[in-house]
Amino acid sequence: MDLIASHITHRFGDLAVLDDVSFTVGAGEVVAIVGPSGCGKSTLLSILGGLLQPTSGAPELRGAPPADSLNPLTFVFQDFALLPWATVEENVEFPLLHTQLSAAQRRALVEDALCRTGLTDFRQTYPKQLSGGMRQRVGISRALAVRPAILLMDEPLSALDSQTRELLMEDFIRLLADGGMGAVYVTHNLEEAARLADRIVVLSRRPGRIREVVTVPMARAARGEAAAREKLLALQNQIWSLIRNEAIDAEREVQHA
Amino acid sequence: MLDRAATDTTAKNEPTRRVHFRGAGFVPASSRYGGWIALGLVIAIWQAAGSAGLVNALFLPTPSAIVRAIYQLAVSGALWQHVSASLLRIGVGWLLGTAAGVAVGFAIGLSRLARSVGITFISALFPIPKIALLPLLILWLGIGEEPKIATIALGVFFSTAISVYSGVDAVPRNLIRMAQSFNVPFATIVRKVIWPGALPAILAGFRITASVALLLVVSAEMIGAQYGIGAFVLQAGNLMQTDQLLAGVVILSVFGLVVGKVIGWLEMRLLHWR
Repeated sequence: MDLIASHITHRFGDLAVLDDVSFTVGAGEVVAIVGPSGCGKSTLLSILGGLLQPTSGAPELRGAPPADSLNPLTFVFQDFALLPWATVEENVEFPLLHTQLSAAQRRALVEDALCRTGLTDFRQTYPKQLSGGMRQRVGISRALAVRPAILLMDEPLSALDSQTRELLMEDFIRLLADGGMGAVYVTHNLEEAARLADRIVVLSRRPGRIREVVTVPMARAARGEAAAREKLLALQNQIWSLIRNEAIDAEREVQHA
Repeated sequence: MLDRAATDTTAKNEPTRRVHFRGAGFVPASSRYGGWIALGLVIAIWQAAGSAGLVNALFLPTPSAIVRAIYQLAVSGALWQHVSASLLRIGVGWLLGTAAGVAVGFAIGLSRLARSVGITFISALFPIPKIALLPLLILWLGIGEEPKIATIALGVFFSTAISVYSGVDAVPRNLIRMAQSFNVPFATIVRKVIWPGALPAILAGFRITASVALLLVVSAEMIGAQYGIGAFVLQAGNLMQTDQLLAGVVILSVFGLVVGKVIGWLEMRLLHWR
């Protein structure tokens, strides 16, 4: 199943946020979206996932989702969005409650998702008892439970410390390789984009337009190797040079707002 | 730019001094028995002052006289007669007001139309002292239990509705969007996300409405009732039976304490995740 951003334009009142953004996320492909602060990255993701109505243009799907997918477009949120009154297990089961699945089928899906994220021993724990990294693992586990075709990830690591970020990044790489899922990965961190994405969509300052689409010229599995680091760093520098001046302007604008 | 390196002439052999601790205070912790000890002390002083004849018993009877009055009321059966009448009014009035308040509060929290209409009416009617409506309610509903129960229900309704819609408004929007992103149906979002998310505010509202109900039942019973704690207190005051009057006040205080404990227990059971 492909996800297509088709001429998406969005305004919040008088404020133009996105301007004619079009690109396609192919089946199993990981596309990162980067750009200066306030360029509409998260807004674009909300529109792609059907949580926000664009002013014009539309998100579209091409092809059928995998047969076992219960929610083809599934979000992983920056702030985890866990129900604080529910245990880890209940949080992961939450999106399955309204489906036609039997209790046994739900249990099996929850078990599998908890196992894949290493949360089996924490099933009865409440979110407030977990670290930030573990909470995000619950968010990922919940997303995996519905067998998504495409994960929509809104800065999923930005609220975490650098060590946890590194560990979760390794998990993402493994899960994306295992699950045959595609992903749209919104981030301001160019290193994350370069390590995870097949292609990187670079947005301009607000109103966000596509400045460039950069293809990452190596297999994801090979990017952790020492030899690849230099190439990835060069790629990050290339993207940074595209957005640096606009990022400075955007930051000043935010400070003066 | 600061450049202190050149002027800092501290010799390594100078004596050290400890950094003064300045982070104390602003963390009030209550002692477990402090409150009870203070209460016991006040009662003891009160009793001693009364027994020594320092205070006129007509104006302020001793605690032992009040306990005696409660005992006599209990033995004669009058205590239960008055307490049961008040409890019935509070129970029915509170339940009716709470049920209506929760329903209207959720409607205001979830529907644009209900919000536009509901908030206007609540803003206009909430400030009216509900006891002022009792004569009108007597006119409408007769002189039986109904106007007293309706007064309590009205008082409870407004506070409940306000705390419920405030609670619904305070449910983190990201949780609702998360549920929507999984195509969770509206009714399930209300049941599994909004209800538990609003529950802390709703239970806090219950604490307030329990006090409102107590206040209104006493006021309503003072205006037009033969039985009930309010009627009993008024009657005792008219007859200058201050020991009985204060017995009624103590019973009201105990009732308030019990309600507070019940709500505290509910909070512990239902909000253990906090």
